[in-house]
Amino acid sequence: MDFTFSEDQIALRDSVSRLLMTEAAPETLREVWETDAGRSPELRRKIAEQGLTGLSVPEAEGGLGMGDMDWALMTQELGYYAIPDSLADTACIAAGMLAGLPGGHTLRSIWLPRIVAGSCRIAVGHPVNPWVADAHLADLLLLPNATAEGLELHAVTGDQVQLTPLRSIDASRRLADVRWQPSEASRVADAANAQPLWDAALARGALCAAGQMVGLAQRMLDLSVDYAAQRKQFGKPIGSFQAVKHHLADVVTRIEFAKPVLYRAVSALNASAADLAVRVAHAKLACSDAAWTAARKGIQVHGAMGYTWEVDLQMFMKRAWALDAAWGDRSFHQARLLPLLEVPEWSGPGATFR
Amino acid sequence: MDLNYTPAQNAFRAEVRDWLHSHVPRQPFASYDTREGFEQHRRWEATLAEGGWSSVTWPRELGGRGCGLIEWLIFEEEYWTLDAPQRINQNGILLLGPTLMEFGTTEQKARFLPRMARCEHMWAQGWSEPNAGSDMAAISSRAIRDGDHFVVNGQKTWSTRAMFANWLFGLFRSDPQSSRHHGLSYLLVPLDTPGITVRPIRALNGKQAFAEVFFDDVRVSDDNLIGEEGQGWNVAMATAGFERGLLLRSPARFQRAAQKLLQLYRKHQASADRDPSIREAVLRAWMGAEAYTLASYHTVGRLNRGESIGAEASTNKIFWSELDLQLHETAMRILGPRAELSDDPEVHDWLEGFLFAQAGPIYAGSNEIQRNIIAERVLGLPKS
Repeated sequence: MDFTFSEDQIALRDSVSRLLMTEAAPETLREVWETDAGRSPELRRKIAEQGLTGLSVPEAEGGLGMGDMDWALMTQELGYYAIPDSLADTACIAAGMLAGLPGGHTLRSIWLPRIVAGSCRIAVGHPVNPWVADAHLADLLLLPNATAEGLELHAVTGDQVQLTPLRSIDASRRLADVRWQPSEASRVADAANAQPLWDAALARGALCAAGQMVGLAQRMLDLSVDYAAQRKQFGKPIGSFQAVKHHLADVVTRIEFAKPVLYRAVSALNASAADLAVRVAHAKLACSDAAWTAARKGIQVHGAMGYTWEVDLQMFMKRAWALDAAWGDRSFHQARLLPLLEVPEWSGPGATFR
Repeated sequence: MDLNYTPAQNAFRAEVRDWLHSHVPRQPFASYDTREGFEQHRRWEATLAEGGWSSVTWPRELGGRGCGLIEWLIFEEEYWTLDAPQRINQNGILLLGPTLMEFGTTEQKARFLPRMARCEHMWAQGWSEPNAGSDMAAISSRAIRDGDHFVVNGQKTWSTRAMFANWLFGLFRSDPQSSRHHGLSYLLVPLDTPGITVRPIRALNGKQAFAEVFFDDVRVSDDNLIGEEGQGWNVAMATAGFERGLLLRSPARFQRAAQKLLQLYRKHQASADRDPSIREAVLRAWMGAEAYTLASYHTVGRLNRGESIGAEASTNKIFWSELDLQLHETAMRILGPRAELSDDPEVHDWLEGFLFAQAGPIYAGSNEIQRNIIAERVLGLPKS
């Protein structure tokens, strides 16, 4: 029993963090986000060179063959540096769906190596999300088609869809309403085969959002601590006042008690555990809670400066508010906890790793 | 990361379970804050010690099992599953024990630790004074050296278990010229020494849960000085660190409470669901207990990797004390008007737990103090 990360996992996380620190500074992101596309091919290339795009792609398809547990560390970095949706959607969620197809499937052999190379963007239209993120630059879209038998999985290229863009309060988001025509040719999996892929995508999507929210919470905390240490009132740094300290201490506590919940949910995904939905719901809710608290306390500590466009806090707050309801909002995940009331062995001492 | 228990850990769990099944008393004890209940609990502690279960992480030669912290978590899970009796010598085992292991002489370890494990010595705490609560460095009770003894004068208060304990550990000012955290010494005092008066304080539940302890020219041998004279603050801080840290409130305790809360809700679902926020509160309480458990396993893993717990231990204290309130408040809401009936068998334990939970954010360093510690030592914010 060892519920911690290995030194190698931490070292990889740290190297990605160093890359994003220099390549994804807030002023760079603001410039990128102001463009229509809102994405930087340059940044994506550097991230791919670091190996991040191939993290969970199987080794046979040219990836690193690591897993969702590594993503749980990486998504925190993506959140900390406010990296837009396309990366996790492509390299974690879509890669997971493609790797779930039978070996030798053409879609798999074409697209997984491209994901590794960082030369494609794939958007995922999961039914839990009313709109599709990063559809505007997607080379491929994985979309659901509801039939009497259930939810099929279809794949269409970017030129086969009609998009109506929707503006988000999060300037990094590129959301769209997607119109498309399912066909025999676009069907990748029938309802029976597609459902497990959609289920895994939901778990992965929610956990990616959760990881990013913990990272966002940490960033908002760090920004707030810096501000409270340098801003002076009454002749002292405001961070010396207990009322301010206690706001920030509460954020630390939320973060510390959200991360292990995230890691446990990832292990349930790895094991395809019976309580997967419960674990994922817990992780999403706990991480939302940390990010939401960090935003509220963060703006309070920043005072009027926190309410400005100029101060970077807003970039991270808005991303947290957007992700809060992405991949299942709070009421969706709250409802997914209900089986706890029906399955006695999921609660009580010793139930955590049973 | 490996989320499987080893075969040895599974075997350990089976051994704990077997032993507890054949030894845990069938009938619940009286409250340990009564003379009768205290004696029942003391005998149970002695039974645990005979089985070698007083403290599984202690070395074998001191009455423990030399186990790791994962085994401690396992032991606690089995213990709470069976609703085994509350532990009454945790002041000693969790607070003084580790301090003695770090700062005690070989002679002191041999004299105190096995007796603590066997519950011959039952320990009370002597930190707070009427004018030194959260501001512990304001301690004014004195212990002035006189040859190979200290002469102790002053008053301690909020001393948990002091009504029935026979020893007290605490901090006294040994240098009368000193102030704040300088010039303090850490002493172990037998409570039957002439000059000591113990007066009970009734707690919220009406029982004698703690006491005031008065010292009037009490002579304490310098064999009972822990660490160096005048260095008591550092010794005490180590103890406070252990207290706030991992061991004081095991996650299994809260998992058991959350499990019972789920059961209580299911039983009264028809009435509870009139307020939809109750069901949400029940699920939130489960989430809290689970998060606390997961954080504990994560911390144990880090300790096993050779890392140390620092000021972030303060987040633990805040989290479990607020969780305990949440669990019991939710139970009270489910019980509705009956929740005030203290003799109702279904209500009794929830009500006692609810009252005790009120103290959680106050004792062992108030949550305000914990938040200051996090802000200053984890976040590096300036002192006020």
